[in-house]
Amino acid sequence: MAEIISDEKGKKGGKRKVKKFSARVDMTPMVDLMCLLVTFFMLTTAFSKAKVMVITMPEKDNSSDTKNAPKISAERTFSILLTADHQVYYYHGMADPSKPLPQLIKTNFSKDGIRKILLDKNRDLFTKIYEYRDKRLTGKMVVADSIADEEIKNMKKDDKKGPIVLIKADSKAKYKDIVNAIDEMAICNIASYAVVDPSDIELNMLKVAPK
Amino acid sequence: MTPMVDLFTLLLTFFILTSTFRPQEPAVIETPVSVSEKQAPDNDIMTIYVAKDGKVFFNIDNGKDTSRHFRVDLLKKMGEQYKITFTPKDIKKFENMASFGMPIKDLQTWINSNDSKEKDRLQSGIPMDSTDNQLAWWIRSARLTNISAEVAIKADAETDYTKVKKVMDLLQENGVNKFNLVTNLLKQEVKLNDLPPAQ
Repeated sequence: MAEIISDEKGKKGGKRKVKKFSARVDMTPMVDLMCLLVTFFMLTTAFSKAKVMVITMPEKDNSSDTKNAPKISAERTFSILLTADHQVYYYHGMADPSKPLPQLIKTNFSKDGIRKILLDKNRDLFTKIYEYRDKRLTGKMVVADSIADEEIKNMKKDDKKGPIVLIKADSKAKYKDIVNAIDEMAICNIASYAVVDPSDIELNMLKVAPK
Repeated sequence: MTPMVDLFTLLLTFFILTSTFRPQEPAVIETPVSVSEKQAPDNDIMTIYVAKDGKVFFNIDNGKDTSRHFRVDLLKKMGEQYKITFTPKDIKKFENMASFGMPIKDLQTWINSNDSKEKDRLQSGIPMDSTDNQLAWWIRSARLTNISAEVAIKADAETDYTKVKKVMDLLQENGVNKFNLVTNLLKQEVKLNDLPPAQ
């Protein structure tokens, strides 16, 4: 590969002169190759590893006895209904056929949408967790990550006032809506939430809901 | 010239050392965004891809323990189930392949095909309707081969939820209640002054 460039002029005139050799290695092919390899690695590398959102679904209960179903207070229950065209509705309490049905209210996944309502309902727990995280961030408290996670988990477990959010999607909802809804739970530090199937009453409520 | 060579060598070394190859995916899947910063585990993970059009693909790794070859076990189990004999060559090839999604009768053709276009054409999604639920068998066999594998679902943001739900239901029937939904990170911060005024 090494190319020796000799001074041809020296031969002119027939005199013997000391030839000047400049022993330079031509690096262009090497650079070419490296350039190619760099490009290859750059394009095939996965820089950011995939992030995952963990969700635990309520276990499927094959026995249909409703007696053992966990009792949840209607006051704390808050339902989010998802339907076609990324529409979001919510209502407070339970939809009990023997009582007047609760009003469905339309909202969205923006900052002033469902988040405001959830934050309002989850005020105490959210403030508590936020202050705890803030203390760690500003260095007022030095705690290992695992201990902090455990602490936050306990705060969520001990919470008795926050809403119990039920996320219900009908057949026209998109996957994105569900992910958005679960994400909103993480943003608002909601302690208890579940993804469940909507009941027939709720499906009917959706049908007559304001568009 | 020399500084350039230096720079390239440096870059090249950096990329060689840091690179983890992007896994090949059967379809273009645009995942939804979330605030979750948890990373997906490297090993012992069963991934189910749901494309925008509802096609379902499946992938499982060989496991962290290199002496276990989960994909081999899985293929043998599936072969028994559907009365298809896979040759040792098929199995060896399948072990090093990535995600797949086709009716099991096409699997052998897919493994042995060298034409990438034909390979893509064969990836028509794993059937999962009630008459011929092959996905259920894939999940069941995968659960039996590697019980500790976590389950990740990578679905397109615009997929119908019913499709994803069907996959989740199948998983729940096989005792999986914890799902890792693959998302893109999008940071969103809520501060105390974002709280609406107390009523």
